[in-house]
Amino acid sequence: MTAKPMTVSRRDFVRVGMAVGGGLLVTVSGCGPKEAATPAAGGGGPFVPNAFVQIDGSGNVLVLSKHLEMGQGTYTGLATLIADELDVDWSRVRVEGAPADAKKYGNAGFGGIQGTGGSSAIATSFDQHRKAGATARAVLMAAAAKQWGVPAAELTTEPGVVVHAKSNRRAEYGTLVAAAAKLPVPETVTLKDPKDFRYIGKETGVIRVDAKPKSTGTATYTQDIKLPGMLTAVVAHPPLFGATVKSFDATKAKAVPGVVDVVQIPTGVAVLGEHFWAARQGRAALTVEWDTSAANQRGTTEVMAEFHELAGQPGIELRKDGDAEAAIGKAAKTIEATYEFPFLAHASMEPLNCVVHLRKDGAEIWNGDQFQTSDQGAVAGVFGMKPEQVTINTLYSGGSFGRRANPKSDYVVEAATIAKAIEGRAPVKMVWTREDDTGAGYFRPAFLHRIKGGIDAAGNPVAWWHRIVGPALMDGTPFMPADGKDPSSFEGAADHPYAVANVFVDTHFPKSGIPVQWWRSVGHTHTAFAVEMFIDELAKAAGKDPVEFRRGLLAKEPRRLGVLNLAAEKAGWGTPLPAGRARGVAVHKSFNTYVAEVAEVSLEGGKPRVHRVVCAVDCGIVVNPDVVRAQMEGGIAFGLGAALYGQIQIDKGRVVSTNFDKYRVLRQREMPVVEVHMVASTEAPTGVGEPGTPPIGPAVANALFALTGKPIRKAPLAV
Amino acid sequence: MATITVNGQAKEIAADPTTPLLWVIRDVLGMTGTKYGCGIAQCGACTVHLDGVPVRSCSIPLSAVGAKKVTTIEGLSADGSHPVQQAWVELQVPQCGYCQSGQIMSAVALLESKPQPTDADIDQAMNGNICRCGTYQRVRAAIHRAAEAKQA
Repeated sequence: MTAKPMTVSRRDFVRVGMAVGGGLLVTVSGCGPKEAATPAAGGGGPFVPNAFVQIDGSGNVLVLSKHLEMGQGTYTGLATLIADELDVDWSRVRVEGAPADAKKYGNAGFGGIQGTGGSSAIATSFDQHRKAGATARAVLMAAAAKQWGVPAAELTTEPGVVVHAKSNRRAEYGTLVAAAAKLPVPETVTLKDPKDFRYIGKETGVIRVDAKPKSTGTATYTQDIKLPGMLTAVVAHPPLFGATVKSFDATKAKAVPGVVDVVQIPTGVAVLGEHFWAARQGRAALTVEWDTSAANQRGTTEVMAEFHELAGQPGIELRKDGDAEAAIGKAAKTIEATYEFPFLAHASMEPLNCVVHLRKDGAEIWNGDQFQTSDQGAVAGVFGMKPEQVTINTLYSGGSFGRRANPKSDYVVEAATIAKAIEGRAPVKMVWTREDDTGAGYFRPAFLHRIKGGIDAAGNPVAWWHRIVGPALMDGTPFMPADGKDPSSFEGAADHPYAVANVFVDTHFPKSGIPVQWWRSVGHTHTAFAVEMFIDELAKAAGKDPVEFRRGLLAKEPRRLGVLNLAAEKAGWGTPLPAGRARGVAVHKSFNTYVAEVAEVSLEGGKPRVHRVVCAVDCGIVVNPDVVRAQMEGGIAFGLGAALYGQIQIDKGRVVSTNFDKYRVLRQREMPVVEVHMVASTEAPTGVGEPGTPPIGPAVANALFALTGKPIRKAPLAV
Repeated sequence: MATITVNGQAKEIAADPTTPLLWVIRDVLGMTGTKYGCGIAQCGACTVHLDGVPVRSCSIPLSAVGAKKVTTIEGLSADGSHPVQQAWVELQVPQCGYCQSGQIMSAVALLESKPQPTDADIDQAMNGNICRCGTYQRVRAAIHRAAEAKQA
């Protein structure tokens, strides 16, 4: 798809949605043909031409975001698309989370369920939201045309104003909303020629809609919700995954001032207090005896030992081009490497929490909700209600990195079971402490990659044999493919792009007993690491420069080459560095966005120190350049912290690293200078929330390899 | 009953004296700009000022506040007009935003003591404020921007 002026009909839109999502698009956005625009009750309410945009009598625009704003800038991105086509001044635009309603707000990338993830928002909304804005504008123009008795074709707009130049008449949008609300919404609408974009792709004009509330402490997160009569719940969770409550004694807990109730729930014992501190003190005073007979008793050492054993056994075949084993047998040079990756926590700044108000006729949720449709269904299940009886207020979330998209709705369901246990006597805010949050698991799982390669006499790779060992993230969830091959565990490795004639990839999906989940960039977090480190090992064996070596293997991958070359050029690849410094490179595609990163690294006191990272990104059409930059900077920081420090340690089933004193993350002093360069493109836009993360670990590892001559095969990286 | 001064106003607090200042601010006073992140003074999300000094309010019991003046993010300005807040908006520092009240409070305290901080000063003063979104580079830039604005 290229960006040119186009007329999008409803049918086209459905087709686009299907093509992008590859799944079932349940419905189309509420901007269907012949549907009269709905005025809100009370006559003077806003003009609501479709599910995404509302305009009030003052000309203020409310955009309803179908996606969770967890820092990635989606409120700003989606509103940019609407504001540009609607033609309004950016200062008039406000964004709120849309209600849970998959029919209106389903994600075409998720088969129509409402949810956020997979860096899918801009990719699946670009046409949809432009159309939503353009349609609203068209109806406002039709209203003006009718009022003035002139053909709509003679009208133009300036931000927030319909203009009839011939008669020198002007009408602000706000003055047209009542008339517009009575008109039909057109079936087709002409979208802007990209050369006329006011906001899309521009460096100025758009400031993140959440920048000010988040700089003044006024942005509302779940943690900040306070309802009349609300109780705060803190839950005593089992010390081991899979343990259950055998018995508990709440006498002392109930004696703590401010503690109101103590109730057993399926996942532990909840202490309800008038405020957090009372509930937390109550929990500290609680005695619980746990049944650990069915619990996981293994730790990280035992899990990795099992992975090593499996790495020697044939797995489920994923790819077979030619005959890799035979080619390795005939190769001039062979290399074998085993890479280990640890469990990682999401460790979002806002520990998990959820507010539930159970009422007789329904339930209301306040949550930084990432999977509205499945959370709605799961809560309805707890209460024996229909999903539509559960309303969800999606608030800002203090990070997530995938954690709030739990396919089992774990923490949301827990909050609902507390509300159920007290029979809805009060609204409940469940607050997890940092230790609760990390201790609950749902980690990026540990993985092991065993790779063998062969090089011919000319230094060309002729074979790539690759075994991946690690759990299937989607096991036990509705997302698990019928063939049992969970792509989220091997994406980016089984389909690696390097031109090697003989490739074999297989996998094992061991069950660890430790809950696992997607983590910013999912499988790419470890597949890019392994593939990109092994490429450097091959390059070294072939006696070639890492960038040159990649170029030779990516001839049919123009966009990968594009970012590789751009990053190498901007980083001054090949130019001298101060003594003790080296560069490393990695390039990876995830979620259809291409990113290359070059890291400049030295050793300080024997430990890696990253000074500078040059990033090149190709995400097709850039909607908000500064949001793209911010996501690359943030994705790099997130991946760098994990690469240098991240590891969850589990000892005899017990999570040891539950707070920031034991789970180290990147801090200010360790942040390198990051430069981001965007490839100018007319390709369809793709997401940027995750793709900045995968290349940084291997880029740093490769720099250390260049510096020391020794490959690094284990994260966190240590020389 | 303790009396503490928050953002220039005397507040009577009926709470257990061991209650951390963070929860007094959030749950008793209902001021939610100050955030809970770790509870053990490791992340800085709960940073407020005590007599102008940045402290982790999650680890200071109510009984230890005494006559010291507490300043929270709400006390910086009513409308986001503090130079540090303005720099934060101009450079679009926040992503998820949850840590930013704490970042801003640490930055304000830094600039009070060092009006023209170097990168090294910033790294040192801000190292106790974790941002999982990785806004550190912009934090650095925004502190420099605010320093310039204050000098101008």
